[in-house]
Amino acid sequence: MAKRPVPTEFIVERDAEKCISCQACVRMCANDVHTFDPDTKTVASEHGKCVGCHFCETICPTGALVIRRSPSEFKANANWTAEVIKNITKQAATGGVLLTGMGCDKPYPIYWDHILLNASQVTNPSIDPLREPMELRTYIGRKPDKLEFSGTGRNLKVKTPLRPQLKLEVPILFSAMSYGSISLNACRSLAKASAESGTFYNTGEGGLHKDLYKYGGNTIVQVASGRFGVHKEYLEAAAAIEIKIGQGAKPGIGGHLPGEKVSEEISLTRMIPAGSDALSPAPHHDIYSIEDLKQLIYALKEAVRYKKPVGVKIAAVHNVAPIASGIVRAGADYVAIDGLRGGTGATPTVIRDNVGIPIELAIAVVDSRLRQEGIRNQASLIAAGGFRSSADVIKAIALGADAVYIGTAALVSMGCNLCQRCYSGKCNWGIATQDPYLTKRLNPEIGARRLENLLHAWSVEIKEMLGGMGINALESLRGNREQLRGVGLSDTDLRLLGIKAAGEAW
Amino acid sequence: MKEKENKNIEKKKGPGRILIREEYCMGCRLCEVNCLVQHSKTKNIIKAYKTEFPRPKPGVIVEENGYVSFALQCRHCDDAPCLEACLTSAMHRDKDTQAVICDADKCVGCWMCIMVCPYGAIARNTEGKKVASKCDLCKGENVPVCVKNCPNEAIIYEK
Repeated sequence: MAKRPVPTEFIVERDAEKCISCQACVRMCANDVHTFDPDTKTVASEHGKCVGCHFCETICPTGALVIRRSPSEFKANANWTAEVIKNITKQAATGGVLLTGMGCDKPYPIYWDHILLNASQVTNPSIDPLREPMELRTYIGRKPDKLEFSGTGRNLKVKTPLRPQLKLEVPILFSAMSYGSISLNACRSLAKASAESGTFYNTGEGGLHKDLYKYGGNTIVQVASGRFGVHKEYLEAAAAIEIKIGQGAKPGIGGHLPGEKVSEEISLTRMIPAGSDALSPAPHHDIYSIEDLKQLIYALKEAVRYKKPVGVKIAAVHNVAPIASGIVRAGADYVAIDGLRGGTGATPTVIRDNVGIPIELAIAVVDSRLRQEGIRNQASLIAAGGFRSSADVIKAIALGADAVYIGTAALVSMGCNLCQRCYSGKCNWGIATQDPYLTKRLNPEIGARRLENLLHAWSVEIKEMLGGMGINALESLRGNREQLRGVGLSDTDLRLLGIKAAGEAW
Repeated sequence: MKEKENKNIEKKKGPGRILIREEYCMGCRLCEVNCLVQHSKTKNIIKAYKTEFPRPKPGVIVEENGYVSFALQCRHCDDAPCLEACLTSAMHRDKDTQAVICDADKCVGCWMCIMVCPYGAIARNTEGKKVASKCDLCKGENVPVCVKNCPNEAIIYEK
């Protein structure tokens, strides 16, 4: 017997007493879950089509809708879980690779939740950020080994040539999300919010749309394996250039933007024919070694006359520390590391959930390695992959990161509820879609406002936590692992993280 | 200086206007729902839809063609043709808000206003007594409810 190919994941509960049949849900659902019956003048819902994005629940004016996980249960089995059975059923029906979006959702340990921050008591005073200035400003780029000065007094001048830097008012940047994987309105929101908040967003591999050149000063442009949209003006418009080697959600594999998403505008931006698949190869075909990477880094630096920092983004994999060391030695001004829980618009589920290492460990081992080799100052370290709160950010900085990239958190602030169907192109929130019916649901003014609010809220919280530790500048916390203690971690975890166990004094 | 003053006075005199930003209208029609509730007797959304009779008609209509949609309501024209066309003076300009309003008690349902309205912003309500139904800019509210409740800020109010 043919099993049903897609087992029901959610059920839509409609309170008939509250439903006024206004049909807002019918009009708004891109998955056609809700239908209006003109004979009975009622709205019915087909549970099997629901992806759990909660858009209808949000829009329903009477609160008549609740989305629940399907209560249909299989025989309890710790090995053959409902998810496993559903996945096998899907694959038996389609014969295809299981696709998903966003970051790894498996219950691997989240080290952030096992790391605790310090605070001042008696022997050192804490600082009230409402009364005293707190410094969150961060510079991303290569720092000189030492500073030499000429002149004295008022004529004191720095003699050492300084490399180009990115100046961040908050230690948080928006991760690479391409125009194509997300809508132009989502890109506009990110760009506008970056400009307002004094930080940067990243074009991903999608090129830079002509409307976004005005935000060039807050843009990091990516050069990835597909080289989509890379040209002279693109490089010159940006504040920094990032060579993308890998991504946390899909280390070791390339990208694939299906042809149906390659609209006229995307085709112009990516410089590929409209309707053609945008395939990013797994490796850069001109980078097979650190030496090859060095060539590309310097080719890009040369192209922008050494005026902009050039960084390299890699996924956190087992060998991340030596790789990062090689990248720094190859001349990168910053290294971005994307951990296991980093998100994506589309990836095979099996890759997302099984490849890579958590970002916490990656930050710690990379920072330690670069310090041991005496090259930590030569590049900044940007951490990415599943940062959920200001606490995660401040812990990452204390572990040794210079700044963090947020992607999923940014999308959530714009509406996303992590239904993980980005690859379907039917994002009801107007984020991960190119459908003109859906993209206009994201008003970039609202999107940017919400992103700015998020950055503001997190920076206030970071200042509060810093003040509690008696520190008035984020710079003094960077790599200051004495401010962290591990709880419920093994000796190996603590050793790799380079932190003491909770309860141990200085 | 005098000119400036005059302009200011004029600005104060004119009715507020609801501006359309069709690029952000999702076509959810919640503006229509909220308008209906605001003009219902109970102002309770569930009662307004389920028990009230006659049910008011929304004074805002979402026009749709493909993915382009926008919420259209009376423009409250400075030189409003519906005022001229009304036989009974039901259609009048509110002294306080300068909005063009239909007095349902005076309206006889001749639909002449509908004939002359260049925007198609007046609707027929035949549920109870025949009356012309249109936007009144939500007298008493600071911001019309359609604007206040638009989830994507696709209509904005300018005073």
